[in-house]
Amino acid sequence: MNKPHSNKAWFLVLPVFILVAFSAIVPLMTVVNYSLQDIFDVSTRYFVGTEWYREILNNSRLQDSLVRQFIFSGSVLLIEIPLGIGVALMMPKSGKWSVISLLILALPLLVPLNVVGTIWQIFGRADIGLFGWALNSLGIDYNYAANPIDAWLTVLLMDVWHWTSLVALLSFSGLRAIPDAYYQAASIDRASAWAVFRYIQLPKLKSVLLIGVLLRFMDSFMIYTEPFVLTGGGPGNSTTFLSQALTKMAVGQFDIGPAGAFSIIYFLIILLVSWLFYTAMTHSDNK
Amino acid sequence: MNKKKTIGLSVYILFLLLPLYWLLMMSFKSNQEILGTLTFWPNEFTFANYMTIFTDASWYMGYINSIYYVSLNMVITLLVALPAAYAFSRFRFIGDKHLFFWLLTNRMSPPAVFLLPFFQLYSSVGLFDTHIGVALAHCLFNVPLAVWILEGFMSGVPREIDETAYIDGYSFPKFFTKIFIPLISSGIGVTAFFCFMFSWVELLLARTLTSVSAKPIAAVMTRTVSASGIDWGVLAAAGVLTILPGVLVIWFVRNHVAKGFALGRV
Repeated sequence: MNKPHSNKAWFLVLPVFILVAFSAIVPLMTVVNYSLQDIFDVSTRYFVGTEWYREILNNSRLQDSLVRQFIFSGSVLLIEIPLGIGVALMMPKSGKWSVISLLILALPLLVPLNVVGTIWQIFGRADIGLFGWALNSLGIDYNYAANPIDAWLTVLLMDVWHWTSLVALLSFSGLRAIPDAYYQAASIDRASAWAVFRYIQLPKLKSVLLIGVLLRFMDSFMIYTEPFVLTGGGPGNSTTFLSQALTKMAVGQFDIGPAGAFSIIYFLIILLVSWLFYTAMTHSDNK
Repeated sequence: MNKKKTIGLSVYILFLLLPLYWLLMMSFKSNQEILGTLTFWPNEFTFANYMTIFTDASWYMGYINSIYYVSLNMVITLLVALPAAYAFSRFRFIGDKHLFFWLLTNRMSPPAVFLLPFFQLYSSVGLFDTHIGVALAHCLFNVPLAVWILEGFMSGVPREIDETAYIDGYSFPKFFTKIFIPLISSGIGVTAFFCFMFSWVELLLARTLTSVSAKPIAAVMTRTVSASGIDWGVLAAAGVLTILPGVLVIWFVRNHVAKGFALGRV
């Protein structure tokens, strides 16, 4: 679409620009500032250049949590996107049950992050929670507080529980927007269910899925509250993801310089991966 | 509708509801019962946990604070995002693409990154521990998302409508409020839903930027952990109460969800 050129449109964007700039540019510059200096107190500070960056990049504990973070976000996307599409395909297209299942699906989305943590903290305990009790009485030795793998899986399950609905709702409304004529044409051609999905539904879902994938990637990469509530990042470091490692460093140990450098690297990684997703998915559009 | 789909969906819905059911049941039990036996239905139905919350100002003020700053955030976000989204969907101007991408990058910045500078900045301008302060901080990630979603909806409205309205003598503000906004009401409903969702569930920034007078319920909930252990019953009741406003919001936007969630992009 050819849009008219008008620089007056800047006036409409200006409020957003000022509002976001206030909360974004000043703090960002502060972080950059920290990351380049060694600060003892207000008047004693030294310029250290890229030293903090080198230190952060060589810190093996942070490398571990970066790897953990990528595995986690990867698993989240691999489970939630197909599951969300699947749920959307199973939902009734119209009528009373459609509305009811929509409402139930939207429910977990509005549970505060710390309450999600609390719910699963309770639910997964062997003594007072149904889930933990059921697993243990089936003979599975499940204890998220002591076993790192269990804790990790619980955080993953929690995230699936919380956010798959987002993908499902996005896909559902994407599916509804496909005209019936497409399906009629497919049934005349005797297309299999798989072919209908692969060549009609999936391409039509691409634009909403892009939003789903981006939102899920960004938010799972920033996950903080759920593992914090569940086990505080433990047992050991098994559920200490990047945000928590950073908060520990900045607020816990007050290592502002390295924390600043860490922040910048963290931000750049998210930016880079989101940009890759974005261009990969919009690029194939133009072909 | 075939059977396999119904069964699949039912299993998924069971998976969603079971943890919530467990929380709800637990909120009606006494602590002895919670820790004593595993029951699917409270032996003794008690409202004591809820009474603890409703009779203590430091508890229920947490809810009021949260609802207050979330509503503020929704209003501010929509007010600034609507004109901006209109500009992005209708005009080209210097730096539009860069600006749009820059906005989105703010949605991508982890709150943990900005924790300390936010605290310093907001303290120095007197926004620390105020509702408006938290609302503004949440704008950082809600405004870009709102602009993005609204832009999609607005691009779906043909530009001929704008032009016809101008020919008919509508001024821009009048056209915008009388004609354009009703056309994208689904979009606004869903945007409000998203703003509510992300602001309501966020804890890290809200907790860092408040101490007493604007403390969100999520931060108040940590009180249930004391030296004598965790007060599970009250914790569960508080959890149930945080879900209720969400249920209300879903109920209000239910007619927009199916259409609006496609975000005007299909």
